[in-house]
Amino acid sequence: MNRSRPVLAAVFVLGAALAGGACSGSGSGSKASSKTVVLMTHDSFKASPAVLAQFTRETGYKVKLLKSGDAGKALSEALLVKDHPVADALFGVDNTFLGRALDNGLFSEYAAKGIENVPARFRLDPKQRVTPIDHGDVCVNDDLAWFGHDGHPPAPESLSDLAEPAYRKLLVVENPASSSPGLAFVLATIAAFGENGWHDYWQQLRKNGVRVDDGWEQAYESDFTAAGVSGDRPLVVSYATDPAADVVFSEGKKKVPTVGVVPGTCFGQIEFAGVLEHAKNPAGARALIDFMLTRRFQQDVPLQMYVYPVLPKALLPPVFTKYAVPPARPLALSARVIGSHRTDWIDEWTRIVLQ
Amino acid sequence: MSGRAGRVLRAAIPLGFLGVFFVWPVAAIIGRSLTAGALHDVFVDRGLRHVAWFTLWQAVAATGLTLAVGLPAAYVVARYEFPGRRLFRAFVTVPFVLPTVVVATAFLVLFRPGGALSFLGWQRGVAPMMVAEVFFNVAVVVRMVGGFWSNLDPHRTDAARVLGASRGRAFREVTLPLLGPAIMAAASIVFLFTFTAFGVVLLLADPAHATLEVEIYRQGVQLFDLPVAAALALVQMVGVVALLATMARMQERRAVTQRLVAARDAARRPRGGERWVVAGVLGATTLFLGGPLVVLAGESVRVGGSWSLAAYRALGSASTDTLFVPASDALVNSLGFAALAACIAVVVGGLASVVIASRPGRATRAMDTLLMLPLGTSAVTVGFGFLVALDRWPLDLRAKTILVPIAQSVVAIPFVVRAVVPAIRSIDPRLRDAAALLGAPPRRVWREVDLPIALRAFTVGFGFAIAVSLGEFGATLFVARPDSPTIPIAISRFLARPGALNVGQAMAMSTILMVVTGAVVLAIEQVRVRQLGEL
Repeated sequence: MNRSRPVLAAVFVLGAALAGGACSGSGSGSKASSKTVVLMTHDSFKASPAVLAQFTRETGYKVKLLKSGDAGKALSEALLVKDHPVADALFGVDNTFLGRALDNGLFSEYAAKGIENVPARFRLDPKQRVTPIDHGDVCVNDDLAWFGHDGHPPAPESLSDLAEPAYRKLLVVENPASSSPGLAFVLATIAAFGENGWHDYWQQLRKNGVRVDDGWEQAYESDFTAAGVSGDRPLVVSYATDPAADVVFSEGKKKVPTVGVVPGTCFGQIEFAGVLEHAKNPAGARALIDFMLTRRFQQDVPLQMYVYPVLPKALLPPVFTKYAVPPARPLALSARVIGSHRTDWIDEWTRIVLQ
Repeated sequence: MSGRAGRVLRAAIPLGFLGVFFVWPVAAIIGRSLTAGALHDVFVDRGLRHVAWFTLWQAVAATGLTLAVGLPAAYVVARYEFPGRRLFRAFVTVPFVLPTVVVATAFLVLFRPGGALSFLGWQRGVAPMMVAEVFFNVAVVVRMVGGFWSNLDPHRTDAARVLGASRGRAFREVTLPLLGPAIMAAASIVFLFTFTAFGVVLLLADPAHATLEVEIYRQGVQLFDLPVAAALALVQMVGVVALLATMARMQERRAVTQRLVAARDAARRPRGGERWVVAGVLGATTLFLGGPLVVLAGESVRVGGSWSLAAYRALGSASTDTLFVPASDALVNSLGFAALAACIAVVVGGLASVVIASRPGRATRAMDTLLMLPLGTSAVTVGFGFLVALDRWPLDLRAKTILVPIAQSVVAIPFVVRAVVPAIRSIDPRLRDAAALLGAPPRRVWREVDLPIALRAFTVGFGFAIAVSLGEFGATLFVARPDSPTIPIAISRFLARPGALNVGQAMAMSTILMVVTGAVVLAIEQVRVRQLGEL
């Protein structure tokens, strides 16, 4: 009758061993102190470990990252707890969401060291509650190996081309309600065709068989012929820097990219960082934002996050200067206009394209 | 710890845990956000009524389909000896843990023009979404029903057959009623998973379709309209509670005490025509579940269109800095979280199961419903609730790593409960009486009678708890967390960057996740077989 005793013992030993293993595996550094700066950000944030180590050497502050999904989600979470924030600084609010952050009083004012070196077109908040850190462009990308080969038409050269019958069922975009590049592309069409013209344009795109995916990952890495594993669309809404990434992540196979950028389709995005109101360690947060404007950090930005530094003095890596030249004049709308119309525009777009 | 004090303590631990890590956060976020106006808007909005209807019918349909696919496999696994039986059981669990985005990619490869299943014409829509839901959830039916089935005494069916019942009639009138509670337990979990479907809807259905879960996410996270999100979350929870209360009642009423036997005695080698049945069921299930897995593994060794192990090399090399930490750290983190979450789930869920199974009644039914509720609550609600509620000493856990396994265990507890309760309920009270009569004190009766029988169910629950954690279910993806990436997080980070090598690494990580899951589940099975062989 005693055979359940070893069973019991085995279960407890197993449980204890697993729990012990788990504790030693996951119980690292949770002690927050004034020597730690907590930076809340989205999953795409990245910096070289060496660069962050330099920040610690120079200032004595250690950076603790809190990553929380995409940019929209990180912002929503920061807003939710703004009276008792979980972090000291937030990185990753862009110009399409800036209004929401500022109207809700998320950030406290701070004039970062070196901000005067950043061109005025990036400094969108006159009160300096946010500091521009990087910028990028959302553009329609094309598969250079597809267009003009095997009897396919030549690559499109403008937004209007995308609505032409020759490009029927070739474009995949992201849902602006759920995706930041998706929203940026809708804003590009509003900037290009005006508040009265963009509805017609999207009706034409819909008739022309545009596909709407939920997010960038699916559009680019499943559906885009040049990169996707199940690709059947040679046109995708993505970023101006993708040609560079196409070369860097080809495992040395590609010397020139097979991904191109369709001219006149780009919308400018600027990413900001700010010191959170009620932060526990505002001094550390300010030091971190100062550091993000230094050349060391700015030059790290391109190959880490595939965006451009805001500091004109920062040098771009060769693969960028060769294949990822920023568009000369991206389409733009003011953050204020975006902020007051964003929800309505998304609703209208949903009615036109999805319903 | 016997008698009344013991009972109170056994109930207090699970209730306290759920109270702090589920009820309080959810009540805090809903209480803070909900307004009468938003609730009114939600009820009059025709679009949202459409969403609620779609949520319900697709969940019912997907649950039915999952049972249809899973029950034959559960039968074969429970009743027949065949080579690789344990491997098959572990294999079935693998789809359950895979990140949705990866599985969606695999299905898109199969359904795309020129793909193996392109003739179905299912590139996007409700049909591929349902296929994926079944793919994810078959494990729940096979393992929960199969686990219970393998302890049913086959002599009962044999007796019915000897008395002249046909095979079908013996199944309908003997096996099915005895299996009822286990089938309902599995169905309720599958229903909750599909009712709160999120990723599969976004990735595989056409964008015109949305579930309540999707809508809550859009309203709460993307539009930051918390009142509407809270109203929707409330609607979702009311629906789930109504269903769960009914299910708990039905399971309690259908519970039959019976003589359970060792799995080894219940299974035998298939004879004659049975061999074809077994081979057919195993073949079809393997094909259905294995197809997408093979596609994923295939993509992991094809970088930029040509065969190469570059993705695996890159995972192992120091130059990969997408993660900040090497891929092996992600593996260690995943396993650590899984072990901790599963231990919490087994302790908390185990205590709760004992309470629920031993004292039927309104109070324990309410407790049962409460324990299941996290599976049917939107992840956004729980995630936001953690942020709002767990922000003061002594529970200032918002930015702590420990919150991750805790959040996972909240989702894993229902599996332990659903696996263990039917087993304890089926124990013949005469066994306990006999033990007591022979002079065993209550604790000893429990240890010598209940525990050995419940242990098999515990291992099923433990396995699922590990799987839930390895797959990063529920609110865990919604808690802002320190940079301790797990395998699924690493996969999503690779996928978030352009370039062939990143896609390859995401697929390689997914393949590693498959292998690890299979290995862990297999290891649990080994322990179970060794320890319970003579039961």
